[in-house]
Amino acid sequence: MAIEKHHTPMLDQLESGPWPSFISGIKRLRDEHPEARINEMTNDLLGQLEHSYETRKGYWKGGTVSVFGYGGGIIPRFSEVGGAFPKSKEFHTLRVQPPAGNHYSTKMLRQLADSWEKHGSGLVTFHGQTGNIMFIGADTPATQHFFDEVNEYGWDLGGAGPCVRTAMSCVGSARCEMSCTNELKSHRMLVNNFVDDVHRPALPYKFKFKVSGCPNDCQNAIERSDFAVIGTWRDDMKVDQDEVKKYVKTKGRQYIIDNVITRCPTNALSLNDDDSFTINNRDCVRCMHCLNVMPKALHPGDDKGVTILIGGKRTLKIGDLMGTVLVPFKKLETEEDYESMVELAETIIDFWAENGLEHERCGEMIERIGLANFLDGIGIEADPNMLAHPRQSSYIRLDGWDEAAEEWFERQAEQRAAG
Amino acid sequence: MAAKDMREPIESGCPDPWQYMHPSMRKNFGQWKYHEHPRPGVLRHVAYSGDEIWTVKAGTQRILDVFSLRKLCDIGDEFADGFVHFTLRSNIEYMVTEEARVQPLIDALEQAGFVVGGTQNTVAMISHTQGWLHCDIPGTDASGVVKSMMDELIDEFRNATMPNRVHITTSCCQINCGGQGDIAINIQHTKPPKINHDLVANVCERPSVVARCPVAAIRPAMVNGKPSLEVDERKCICCGACYPPCPPMQINDAEHSKLAIWVGGNHSNARGKPTFQKLVAAGIPNNPPRWPEATAIVKRILKAYKEGARDWERVNEWIERIGWPRFFEEVDLPFTKYHIDTWRGSRSSFNASTYIRF
Ligand code: HEM
Ligand code: SF4
Ligand code: SF4
Ligand code: SF4
Ligand code: SF4
Repeated sequence: MAIEKHHTPMLDQLESGPWPSFISGIKRLRDEHPEARINEMTNDLLGQLEHSYETRKGYWKGGTVSVFGYGGGIIPRFSEVGGAFPKSKEFHTLRVQPPAGNHYSTKMLRQLADSWEKHGSGLVTFHGQTGNIMFIGADTPATQHFFDEVNEYGWDLGGAGPCVRTAMSCVGSARCEMSCTNELKSHRMLVNNFVDDVHRPALPYKFKFKVSGCPNDCQNAIERSDFAVIGTWRDDMKVDQDEVKKYVKTKGRQYIIDNVITRCPTNALSLNDDDSFTINNRDCVRCMHCLNVMPKALHPGDDKGVTILIGGKRTLKIGDLMGTVLVPFKKLETEEDYESMVELAETIIDFWAENGLEHERCGEMIERIGLANFLDGIGIEADPNMLAHPRQSSYIRLDGWDEAAEEWFERQAEQRAAG
Repeated sequence: MAAKDMREPIESGCPDPWQYMHPSMRKNFGQWKYHEHPRPGVLRHVAYSGDEIWTVKAGTQRILDVFSLRKLCDIGDEFADGFVHFTLRSNIEYMVTEEARVQPLIDALEQAGFVVGGTQNTVAMISHTQGWLHCDIPGTDASGVVKSMMDELIDEFRNATMPNRVHITTSCCQINCGGQGDIAINIQHTKPPKINHDLVANVCERPSVVARCPVAAIRPAMVNGKPSLEVDERKCICCGACYPPCPPMQINDAEHSKLAIWVGGNHSNARGKPTFQKLVAAGIPNNPPRWPEATAIVKRILKAYKEGARDWERVNEWIERIGWPRFFEEVDLPFTKYHIDTWRGSRSSFNASTYIRF
């Protein structure tokens, strides 16, 4: 049966131009999909979107929808103009956790597409900014049916609300020579330890894990996650001097001086008279720049591990925060290494769950109570790597100084003894 | 339905990617040696084993209909090995192990209307969010803004001729799920919320709305004999934070919800520590369906950056070198008292030196 198509003159203007058009895609679902349910649903979706374009207002409101046994993972959307656009009046999104590193076989994508068009609108995004596959557009019964179906073949919902959220990791070891860690393993061990906290929102607010294989931080982990795991190394970077010389030869000395030597943030590089490099590895801060410019010649060292930063987040409520170094270097080789990282995450989440205010991110709590108190609370010793510089203000009581200094020397001695 | 009829979920969490990973990536996991950039949209990675893998990256409409998704799968089956990878910015990547298969793959993608590019010194795909299509709080659309802008920036996506990569983000409310970008186009409200007093009592938990406000501008109040809220409009910074927990706090306004442009956000540690973006332009009309005013400013910024920045300088580094006065001059944007930060920590953004460029 032919449907009465909404008139969409504004959206139609988004069909011209060379970039692929999402409007054309939605229209194909309306016009060419064999199922009337999808034709009608996408027709009304276009109608409502056109209405938004005309009035410059959104018309979705939230609500409560979840699948049996879970409290989160669905973004409920009910239309405020459902009278005019009844077929898309319930248009919920399912947040489904992607495989770590976002790898897919086409076979699996087709299976997901088949399930989705059976129950939902046929619109999907790989991926939302939080990292989930977003299956956009299903009514309440369909969210359950779709979830039941894909959950049987290996897919689970991500987080929504005050809970541990879906994690993200870069492509890393799978295809990047900069990688210093197994991103996939950290990603899955961390987030899958908290499945209960993902599915049943009961924390002060959201908590995100993100993993980047090196300080290029392709996952924006420092800026966008409460718990950032970033690969690094602590021995000397590996230098292939023959390749260095080849770069100098092909690019020219001036290029190497202007683009590598003088761009090192800590002046750790020098170009020798024979066109080889000398690298002061103790000054190098592992910024990645020289490795990025000369990937054939320079490589991370062999003693690899991760740096962990805590408390990154965006604007609300106190302003944007970057993560702060909590663990300058951690080896991740044995199962116990990984487990101790997961335990650290548990300790932090427990402390925050107890001490965070409602709707307060972990970084905001640290800002409120102070980094020193936070470290006390989770049992981690202060380390100069946590700071850009020591305090500037003299307004502090220092009567515990002598003991703290004593403890520092003891810890140093212990570390030396442990080698 | 009675609970006994309901299916218990399998709490499997994040799936193991190993089963979906290209065989060559599995084989050489953690053993890659270096990469090259033979042309925009293509990367060649070489492993210590001597294996090579070519990656072809393509931009899509992000909001995929199942037809487009299946088309992407068809291309993967016919021209790659049936495996794909999605990037953080929602591009699709195909991997092949022989150079001869690269060009046919590129041709197939372009033939199907997808755009090959987005690697290294390109304007990468704009990372975006939901907007009017699906969010419950948006002041603008996201997919439409991005489609309009990418139509104009497509050559910069296809050709890697920028000084360094350019990451653009958009956000359709001031929560900013788009994140930090070299350039960010975000909603900025300019008037306090209009309160629908009839609804507050029914739908809002008043104490949590009061607590949400960053400047304590909201107070519980009785209006027309009913419990409601009032906003101290002299304090209100029009951030919209009260709107998600309380939809009657109507912050979105067809006229007064504007766009603002920010520059210099950079998540990488390369050459300098990560940086937050800074406000450069505001009061830009929220003008669907193609938002030409915002795109025009973005293009001016990109032009000045492309002409003025040195190799490897990201937008923030370029501005740090040339200074803010020259930045405003070069992109022909007004500098106003609103550029002076007033939020916590603002003092560290003032120039406490005689460093001035003449
Ligand atoms: C009712 C309120 C909210 C809704 C419905 C909502 C919805 C969303 C959605 C749909 C996304 C993914 C967007 C996409 O990529 O398509 C997202 C991401 C995000 N949201 Fe929210 N959001 C809400 C509140 C907030 C608040 C209060 C904050 C900040 C304090 C926030 C911060 C973010 C951030 C930073 C992201 C990006 C995630 C990342 O980088 O991992 N959201 N949100
Ligand atoms: S963060 Fe580092 S390891 Fe991961 S993809 Fe980026 S450059 Fe590679
Ligand atoms: S990685 Fe960065 S800090 Fe280290 S030597 Fe290279 S440019 Fe300098
Ligand atoms: S930026 Fe704001 S309006 Fe846009 S999707 Fe995110 S929460 Fe919704
Ligand atoms: S818009 Fe922001 S500042 Fe104004 S009342 Fe609402 S939360 Fe407070």
